[in-house]
Amino acid sequence: MSIDMAQFHQVFFEESFEGLDIMESGLLNLDMGDVDSEVINTIFRAAHSIKGGSGTFGFTAVSDFTHVMETLLDEMRDGRRQITQAAVDVLLGSVDCLREMLSAIQDENDIDEVSVAEHKKALEIELNGASGKDNSPATPVESPETVVIKEMESATESGWKISFCPHADLLKTGNDPVRMFRELSELGDLEVIVDLHGVPALFELDPEECHLSWTLILKGNVKREEIDDIFDWVEGECDLSIQELNLGEALVNMQQTEPSSLVEQTTPSDSLITENQENPELKKNIPTSSKPVQAKEKKSKGAASTSIRVDTGKIDTLINMVGELVITQSMLSLVGEHFSPDKIDHLKNGLVQLERHTRELQESVMNIRMLPISFVFSRFPRLVHDLSTKLDKKIELKLVGEHTEVDKTVVELISDPLVHLVRNSLDHGIEMPADRIAAGKPEVGLITLEAYHRGGNIVIEVKDDGKGLNKDFLRNKAIEKGLLDPDAVLTDKQCYELIFMAGFSTAEKVTDVSGRGVGMDVVRRNIQSLGGNIEITSHLGVGSTISINLPLTLAILDGQSIAVGDETFIVPLGSIIESIKINDNMVNRVAGKGETFRLRDEYLPIVRMHHVFNVKSAKATKLTEGLLVVVDGQGVRCGLFVDDLLGQQQVVIKSLEANYRRVEGVSSATILGDGSVALILDIPGLVRLSNQ
Amino acid sequence: MTQETDTQELEETQLENSMQFLSFTLGEEEYGVDILSVQEIRSWEPVSRIPNVPSYEKGVVNLRGAIVPIIDLRERFNLEHSEYTNLTVVVVLQTILQGRSRTMGLVVDSVSDVNNIDLQSIQSAPDFGTKVSTEFISGLALVEERMLILLDVKKLLKLDGVDDAAEDDNDES
Repeated sequence: MSIDMAQFHQVFFEESFEGLDIMESGLLNLDMGDVDSEVINTIFRAAHSIKGGSGTFGFTAVSDFTHVMETLLDEMRDGRRQITQAAVDVLLGSVDCLREMLSAIQDENDIDEVSVAEHKKALEIELNGASGKDNSPATPVESPETVVIKEMESATESGWKISFCPHADLLKTGNDPVRMFRELSELGDLEVIVDLHGVPALFELDPEECHLSWTLILKGNVKREEIDDIFDWVEGECDLSIQELNLGEALVNMQQTEPSSLVEQTTPSDSLITENQENPELKKNIPTSSKPVQAKEKKSKGAASTSIRVDTGKIDTLINMVGELVITQSMLSLVGEHFSPDKIDHLKNGLVQLERHTRELQESVMNIRMLPISFVFSRFPRLVHDLSTKLDKKIELKLVGEHTEVDKTVVELISDPLVHLVRNSLDHGIEMPADRIAAGKPEVGLITLEAYHRGGNIVIEVKDDGKGLNKDFLRNKAIEKGLLDPDAVLTDKQCYELIFMAGFSTAEKVTDVSGRGVGMDVVRRNIQSLGGNIEITSHLGVGSTISINLPLTLAILDGQSIAVGDETFIVPLGSIIESIKINDNMVNRVAGKGETFRLRDEYLPIVRMHHVFNVKSAKATKLTEGLLVVVDGQGVRCGLFVDDLLGQQQVVIKSLEANYRRVEGVSSATILGDGSVALILDIPGLVRLSNQ
Repeated sequence: MTQETDTQELEETQLENSMQFLSFTLGEEEYGVDILSVQEIRSWEPVSRIPNVPSYEKGVVNLRGAIVPIIDLRERFNLEHSEYTNLTVVVVLQTILQGRSRTMGLVVDSVSDVNNIDLQSIQSAPDFGTKVSTEFISGLALVEERMLILLDVKKLLKLDGVDDAAEDDNDES
């Protein structure tokens, strides 16, 4: 059995994180009054598979932790326990904790044991009775004690007393007690006492029924979970009680009493005192543990999921298309083998088919990279839940168009800006419940996250029905901060755009949620770097909508080819405003060198492509000979002086850095129809270059 | 069958501490690179020029969908430039740098041979002081009375500013 388990780790982590997401969304969907048992089952199953998986891979910390969660969930599932908000909160906290543990393992960092112990303790308190809520102040100082108890539990040379009374139809379900006992005996010294009282007289006996019951004494260092695992399959078909021997009494007591008295009860024992002395060490570990986290941050970024889950339907379509392509190819080669001029129609047909199939193939390959936006949206219910509790606001989150598909890269990059926008809406947009009622609005605020396709773009909207943006307030604030000239005349739209300026924050006080004024300009920059734009519309007292417009994919770009000499470059079509031919009186020189031209009311710099890129073969050297392409790249406007415009085409973006290096003024490269390489221009980089 | 014996031989020769080198010429000089790093040998074809880079970086080509830079080794070594003809050859090298596979094409005059060279017989490059740069040279070997200059592929591919460019932005002038 020398299978390298490490190769399955990645899959395990992905599945586990998925399971955690399921648990989280399930927990958030739990309605306290009317609990859907199916939801609980889903949560339970997710926890169970994480436990199973982590056990298989030897991540005992995770499986031990999940086991406690599972026990709690199990009681909820069986209806033995009321589902309370407190319990759900504890479980949500544990989900977070598990996620941290898993990512720590994934990045080969140390697990933050203190936080784990804390969460475990919270779970155990919840588990040990309804009174748990009173004991809940689980301060970090106390937490190591839980570890101590856990260690003691597993360390003591103890045993278990199991009384096992199977129901009569146990055997019919295919469970054999003998096999179970054999498994138990492998764990330690097993003593089996059989109780024959239930056996009926011989003529009444049905050989397929089980009338025996057993008392089992298992001695040795055995964990409760291991016993549970054995009885897992028969849980529903027997009366089972498992009690600990020796220390059993003490432990039972401990679990029933509140945690502060736990220590007092147990400290007399010598072993515990030594254990307690280890606590300072445990605390010392806390500060050191933060260091490796920082050091390995880089690694964890690199380890970010590079695999992708694809719907099998998509793969099937792909295979179909490849099949078609192969058929077309064989048809064409048949035509080519015995070619005569009269077959020219065949050839043309074949080529048309080939073109169609290739295009379809390209589309469906691109489609594989597409993920539903729900990958991003799914994290928001939790965020809203947590934040609204923190801010004492009542907020409902509505998700629309979660199945809209976007390129994987966009999905990965859009999530941070979106989190920021939703936080802003929560913090600044939605008013406090009392204010809302006073304004005649429903008490519960509504935030809508919506995604839809428009043209070749995807639009993501964050909408709230809060107080809206106050134009005058924004304006005054900007003037006050020195970001705006007091005499400036602004349109509504320009007013709203003030919030994207660096150093602009309107929150009356800085909270830890938002208000530091560093966010929105970063959000806008991130979105622009994805090739998108962001817009705000707002009505005072009614609410605001922030819409983000993004290209569907980052792998393909609509480009305009331009010619400079005998070289071809691609300008992103989205950044072109217009192309003009200019005459001499439109051109002005600044300090005899810097050339500018006047476009309507604006003076824009001229970037001579043949100068910047040293093209010696350029045909047009006088400004009147060539064309000026007016471009806008991330807010930087200029006129690119080129020989000619060639044509528009979709180009596949290829990295220049993969084998080569970053080149100033060039964002990436592409391959043209004739197989040659053309460079895609980076407008801000070009402007920087021409200024040097 | 022959193929099998060939690979066997190859394994044997590697066990005996020798390596195979692909040799090529630049003018009168003969150079060698580790054959395992050679991906393919192509004829010269026009490249797309890259603006504002050293002149020995001729440009990039499309190598089955990947953008691959082409380096003129004569210019790189400050040898006299020669015209590109149909016989000019591009040796495409591949190596792993900083955990990423990196491919690059070298323009050379012609490819001559594959030589088995005993690792023990490789001399270290003599020190010419500042007159001749020996930074890419991993050693010298004698093959049939001719001197073969062995090149360090990793250094060759790295020192083109590929890696320093990504880390410190000092090439932007």
